[in-house]
Amino acid sequence: MNEQPKPKKQIGAPMNRVDARQKVTGAATYSAEYQLPNMTYAVLVGSTVTKGRLTGIDTKAAERAPGVLAVITHLNAPKPPSPKPEGKDPSQPQTQGNPLQVFNDDKIRFNDQPIAVVVADSWERARYAAGLVQAQYAKEAHQTNLEANADKAFLPTAAKKNPKHPMNDYQRGQVDAYKTGAVKLESEYVIPTEVHHPMELQAITAHWEAPDRLTLYDKTQGTLATRRDFAKQWNLPEENVKVIATYVGGAFGNALHSWPHESAAILAAKVVNRPVKLMLTREQMFTMVGYRPYTWQKLGMSATPDGKITGITHESIGQTSTYEEFTEATLAQTRMMYQSPNVTTRYRLAALDIGSPIWMRGPGEATGAFALESAMDEMAYLLNLDPLEFRLRNYTDEDPEKNKPWSTKFLKECYKLGADRIGWSKRQLKPGSLRDGDWLIGYGMGVGTFGAHRGAATVGAQLLPNGTVLLQCATTDIGPGTGTAMTQIAADTLGISPDKIKFELGNSSFPKAVTQGGSSTVNSVGPATQEACLALKDKLRTLAGAAFSTAKAEDITFEGGQTVMRNDANGKLPLQIGLRNNPSVKVSYSDILRQNGQQNVSATVEAKPGGEGQKYSMYSFSVHFAEVRVHQLTGEVRVSKLVSCADAGTIVNEKTAGNQMKGGAVGGIGMALMEHARIDDRFGRYVTKDFADYHVPVHADSPAVEVAFVNQPDPHVNALGTKGIGEIAIIGVAPAIANAVFNATGKRIRELPITPDKLI
Amino acid sequence: MNQFQYVRPTKQQAAIEAVAKDATATFIAGGTNLVDLMKRGVMTPQKLVDINRLPLTRIDADPGKLRIGALALNSTVADDKQVRARQPLLALALNAGASAQLRNMATVGGNMLQRTRCSYFYDTTMPCNKREPGTGCGALEGINRMHAIFGFSDKCIAVHPSDMSVALVALDATVQVSGPKGNRSIPFAELHRLPGDMPQKDTTLEPGELITAVDVPDGPFTKHVHYQKVRERASYAFALLSVAAALDLDSNNIIKAARLAMGGVAHKPWRLTAAEQALVGKPATEETFRQAATVAMQGAKAFKHNAYKLQLGPNTIIQALKTAASAA
Repeated sequence: MNEQPKPKKQIGAPMNRVDARQKVTGAATYSAEYQLPNMTYAVLVGSTVTKGRLTGIDTKAAERAPGVLAVITHLNAPKPPSPKPEGKDPSQPQTQGNPLQVFNDDKIRFNDQPIAVVVADSWERARYAAGLVQAQYAKEAHQTNLEANADKAFLPTAAKKNPKHPMNDYQRGQVDAYKTGAVKLESEYVIPTEVHHPMELQAITAHWEAPDRLTLYDKTQGTLATRRDFAKQWNLPEENVKVIATYVGGAFGNALHSWPHESAAILAAKVVNRPVKLMLTREQMFTMVGYRPYTWQKLGMSATPDGKITGITHESIGQTSTYEEFTEATLAQTRMMYQSPNVTTRYRLAALDIGSPIWMRGPGEATGAFALESAMDEMAYLLNLDPLEFRLRNYTDEDPEKNKPWSTKFLKECYKLGADRIGWSKRQLKPGSLRDGDWLIGYGMGVGTFGAHRGAATVGAQLLPNGTVLLQCATTDIGPGTGTAMTQIAADTLGISPDKIKFELGNSSFPKAVTQGGSSTVNSVGPATQEACLALKDKLRTLAGAAFSTAKAEDITFEGGQTVMRNDANGKLPLQIGLRNNPSVKVSYSDILRQNGQQNVSATVEAKPGGEGQKYSMYSFSVHFAEVRVHQLTGEVRVSKLVSCADAGTIVNEKTAGNQMKGGAVGGIGMALMEHARIDDRFGRYVTKDFADYHVPVHADSPAVEVAFVNQPDPHVNALGTKGIGEIAIIGVAPAIANAVFNATGKRIRELPITPDKLI
Repeated sequence: MNQFQYVRPTKQQAAIEAVAKDATATFIAGGTNLVDLMKRGVMTPQKLVDINRLPLTRIDADPGKLRIGALALNSTVADDKQVRARQPLLALALNAGASAQLRNMATVGGNMLQRTRCSYFYDTTMPCNKREPGTGCGALEGINRMHAIFGFSDKCIAVHPSDMSVALVALDATVQVSGPKGNRSIPFAELHRLPGDMPQKDTTLEPGELITAVDVPDGPFTKHVHYQKVRERASYAFALLSVAAALDLDSNNIIKAARLAMGGVAHKPWRLTAAEQALVGKPATEETFRQAATVAMQGAKAFKHNAYKLQLGPNTIIQALKTAASAA
């Protein structure tokens, strides 16, 4: 029998990004790059005080400046019908409160709050005129320091209202049992404010195509969330608002919310009745599009002398703004990662006169893991145990928080992979044991976990007459390679080559999907892609008529403009169509379409989670191993080796998944060693305003990160077996480095970042 | 950014006159610092006199000295064979500064005239006597972890940010200047000044004076040199503190001559002559270096957030000298 080779399996292959060429050649269009006829340009003017009221604002000089079309302030701004857009991300707890509505009143809530927007016929003219706006203020005393306001910390309102809300105090066993433990520790940890700073600045082009039709070319992680927010703000039917985010140049969470500059651009476009383009400056990226909140934590832990944890108490106070309550899952990992009969967690907020925070990669889990995983290391030292052995002695085979089995958990396998690759056996328990000249060498580890979230998603699939398949979904791709992964899933499901598939995303007009955040995209959109492709095949099978009537969808492929039912090894083709000696049945698309009087064949399918979340606890896991070198005289820290291992279920693309892990690891180096947005509390203003003061790692700070995946499918999260990667890539990296620094030097740094001044 | 006039003279005298007769005019070369300052409204020149057409890019290997034109690019100087052979410390310091892209734009003259990176100087809403005399010093009681431990005044505690200048002050360079009153030479140590009551004045240059070249005299420091820069990441960051060290050792490892200067500690590159004297005649050992470091730190005084420099200073001096001594 003449067998044809099966098409190459794409899922798991290290396929190049489908949009790589567009990105590296500049052909990809980002939100600040759309050119519309009659375009105008807007520049924001920010408050120079931190709290108080605007008592006067002089816009005359700006209005007279060349090319200026409008200067909009609270005195002349039109009021949208509903001044309260909602910023929500479906994969995360909600931000409670009212996102800042620009130019709505004279109140100043944070420094650099937009107080005016200048619109001109060129960006340079708008910027010049913005510098001419003069404001007077009645200043009020402000609060920008969390520790000075820790005594006013409060339980989030959502938790007060709902005793089942996850931000409530958690208790398993006895309250604060660690205090009476045999071996105990109590440590405080601080994560300073960190800012997302993706390479692409936040930008929006707002265009009122008609008085009730709005199109936004916007940097967002959720085209539908943005559409919903601004449709609501302007009291429009959602279908009248179109949000386009075909390419997003990184975001790390800061495009999970609707921000003041977006409202300002939309208002300005209304006023000048022309398209308005508004791009933030790097300085403005510090003040008005979120950040990882400054968080104070205290962790108490007790253990038996043979290394069994008997109690953990983890408390945190995170920073939020005065107008929104931003919460995140800082304490989640502590409740489920290790066995302990007694666990207490208490989450509080402190409201400060600073713009609202927003989830930053890994979000609260990364903040919490710094405390938990540092404390695990501290306890291992108290017990004179290898920190890896200590973790193994407290490994959980089912979720101790929810008392459910894990859907899958291959963290032990990750430990083994990582320990082998870093050379954990070289590690000495005694700090300062290894050195190379003046460089002290240390090893550390940190564990991360994040929920394998899945939401409902819909994908539309069309087979076009030329034999290509077009898939569409409203989800975005902020950099992980969503379109590439979906192309691979579609290729395997359809049995056709990836170059015959086009996956379009980043447009609110496409079928619905989750916001890209919380590591949920592949978990959610992947199954929708798979099911849409299966539905498409099924439709074709039916349309192809008698010849295919007995075939199963999986036996059908598409080749060379034809629908092909393989007569492969099993020779199961029905005798009556006389094809015993033919390799396959082939019917051309055009024939199928003509026979059925159709231009194309399409299927749109929604895929959503079922009851699996009730039965199983579903998480991704990671472990990071760091080798650091610390200069004993200058206190400089260099991460000389970093190994990140993940149990993230099926790996759809080894290359882009590895790329996510490496990016997360580099983000973790920044978190551990340099990222620190500092405010001078006297003024309530950041003194770190650019990349000269706010450091992120450069190439020389990052070793070649080694990545290993367990790559075992999770049969419960979805049919693909994926669990999500984006967050676990960074969660646990910072404590791995901090623990390695301790192993090298004997110095325990509990306040990040670990800069040279803390080590000399 | 304010509106400004732009001229690009091809004759040195025309450039000097353009700035000398207009108090609101300033020279621009690579622009890597000035353009940023203009974008932020920290500097608001009404006229930019672009000197990039002036013939000041040459590096002349003269007998006894190198004469480096003011418009020679940082990257060109760092890669120059004569510079690397005769003044390797200068090449090391240049390559420790900024990024490759910036070194390809920045000139030698501009590098020495770059302004402090003090956050308060950069933010026009904050007090700063250097930017706006009489408004106070924001850093004095503020976030001053990058700030001075030597030579400051109650008007200003900013530091000079250049790496190259730390090497040049150690190497006894001389700045060649041309101005409305003619040409003159300024010993490098006298180019920058301490803030005193006039922190707005960074240097001793007179209005309209143009740096045309810097002369670096030949010396014995062709082998045992090191530029140790401590920063918060591996590259592309201003120094928390830096040390330029140069030693001349005899066959018994006795120090015949030494040069030592620090960056990131004062309003000017900080030459450590007393510490140099403490090194001469002694064996090149860690103990000798430690004693010199102690001498070097005499008179240092810290503020709330920069006390670490009192320890980082001597540590970095020791490290720089150790590395210089062992350089093969």
